[in-house]
Amino acid sequence: MPVKVRIPTPLQRLTQGKEEVEGTPGTVMDLVTDLDKRYPGIAERISENGKIRRFVNIYVNDEDIRFLSAEGTTVKDGDEVSIVPAIAGGASGMSQPSDVI
Amino acid sequence: MGHIKGLKCRECGREYPIEPVYVCEFCFGPLEVAYDYRSIAGVLDRKKIESRGKNLWRYRELLPVDGAPQVGLSSGYTPLLKADNLARVLGIDELYIKDDTVVHPTLSFKDRVVSVALTKAKEFGFDTVACASTGNLAHSVSAHGARAGFKRFIFIPASLEASKIVASLVYEPNLIAVDGNYDDVNRLCSEVANKYRWAFVNINIRPFYAEGSKTLGFEIIEQLGWKAPDHVVVPCASGSLLTKVWKSFKEFRDIGIIGDLQTRVFAAQATGCSPITAAIKQGTDLIRPVKPDTVAKSLAIGNPADGFYATQVVKETAGAGEDVSDREIIEAIKLLARTEGVFAETAGGVTLAAAKKLIETGKLSRKGSTVICITGNGLKTQEALQGHTMSPHHIKPSLASFEEVLKQINQGR
Repeated sequence: MPVKVRIPTPLQRLTQGKEEVEGTPGTVMDLVTDLDKRYPGIAERISENGKIRRFVNIYVNDEDIRFLSAEGTTVKDGDEVSIVPAIAGGASGMSQPSDVI
Repeated sequence: MGHIKGLKCRECGREYPIEPVYVCEFCFGPLEVAYDYRSIAGVLDRKKIESRGKNLWRYRELLPVDGAPQVGLSSGYTPLLKADNLARVLGIDELYIKDDTVVHPTLSFKDRVVSVALTKAKEFGFDTVACASTGNLAHSVSAHGARAGFKRFIFIPASLEASKIVASLVYEPNLIAVDGNYDDVNRLCSEVANKYRWAFVNINIRPFYAEGSKTLGFEIIEQLGWKAPDHVVVPCASGSLLTKVWKSFKEFRDIGIIGDLQTRVFAAQATGCSPITAAIKQGTDLIRPVKPDTVAKSLAIGNPADGFYATQVVKETAGAGEDVSDREIIEAIKLLARTEGVFAETAGGVTLAAAKKLIETGKLSRKGSTVICITGNGLKTQEALQGHTMSPHHIKPSLASFEEVLKQINQGR
């Protein structure tokens, strides 16, 4: 079973409209590099110099990778990876737009 | 007026025209208004500011509007109280309370940001304004929006206590009670904002809205006699206010309104929701989201959008962060009321209690001038004080009964 990668709406132009694509196991950065081979341009949108951009959240099985091993977090076959723009909304888990109260 | 260059991504620097957008299309970073400071410096000075009306629009060149102010013409320019009684209790030299318990019309600093947001919404041609909120922001959008003639949609979680929504309902907005929690409301609002051409003040109008917070900082400098304080203590929810107060100080320096700027900026949070001060204390800029559990509901943002930038400001200015318990918050509300006659909401309790702790631990120096930002009125969160105040003296309607109690009072009982 491959890795399942969920693509947010603003990046679906790069994945020919697909909401979900397949990824290969390895670290999160390996996964991003591999995705970029098949969907050119995606790596520079979500990462810079080998780091995930500050306002892009990546979840592996619903856990934010910042609280796992960040870019070095291992992704296995069958895992689910979500790419979620932090401010643009649509995250699973914590609330997003600020000043809500 | 022509002092605005456009919007600029805080992360990658990409530039955008002035439109109701808030996220960088390329890197997903937040957009911020970029000004032409050289042209502002050429037209704005102390004398010009002093000649204008006592409201937040006296600094209009540094606010992101094109034409004349349209909303909040009586908002802002709140008192800066020299707090000698409280300074004595805290054992510090020079203390001031920036008193935003009395911002017109809804008694919190949100009236500042909403004034700017709704003026911008008019310029963009919106006829409907909206927000997701349960408190101060809902009150301000409801009230300012009513007077400015907007249709208003206020989204709240349905489980909210009735007492909290009366202060919005009285202005008769469309109050949408969503069957779900805050996360659900927020997610829904993002979707609604994408679909309908409405001005969501804290979503698509956010880059403009947030700039309104700078007026708090401009006023502090003006009211101190055109100088920045040595220390300023600011409460953090999203971290936006702290970031913008510091931005306002730097702008006044950059356009030559003040010369020197040595202010240290201190962040205050409730222990039950302290993702920003926790990061500051740990010396990291990584914000770990939390599930809020605090009496200070107006600061209860578990995943603060500007948290990273707030930690950077504290680091840059050699400030510090502190968090305080619910008990400390209540005690600080009472301390402020009995020493200076100001009744703050729970967020104000957080700010004063954190300041007290920072002074006691030596992180905030007893020397020099300190400004504490009190951002909302205690009449809005009275339930927080239930069981924590004094009791009245009950008497019979006779002079004898009164004098019996008076004797006890005089004996200090």
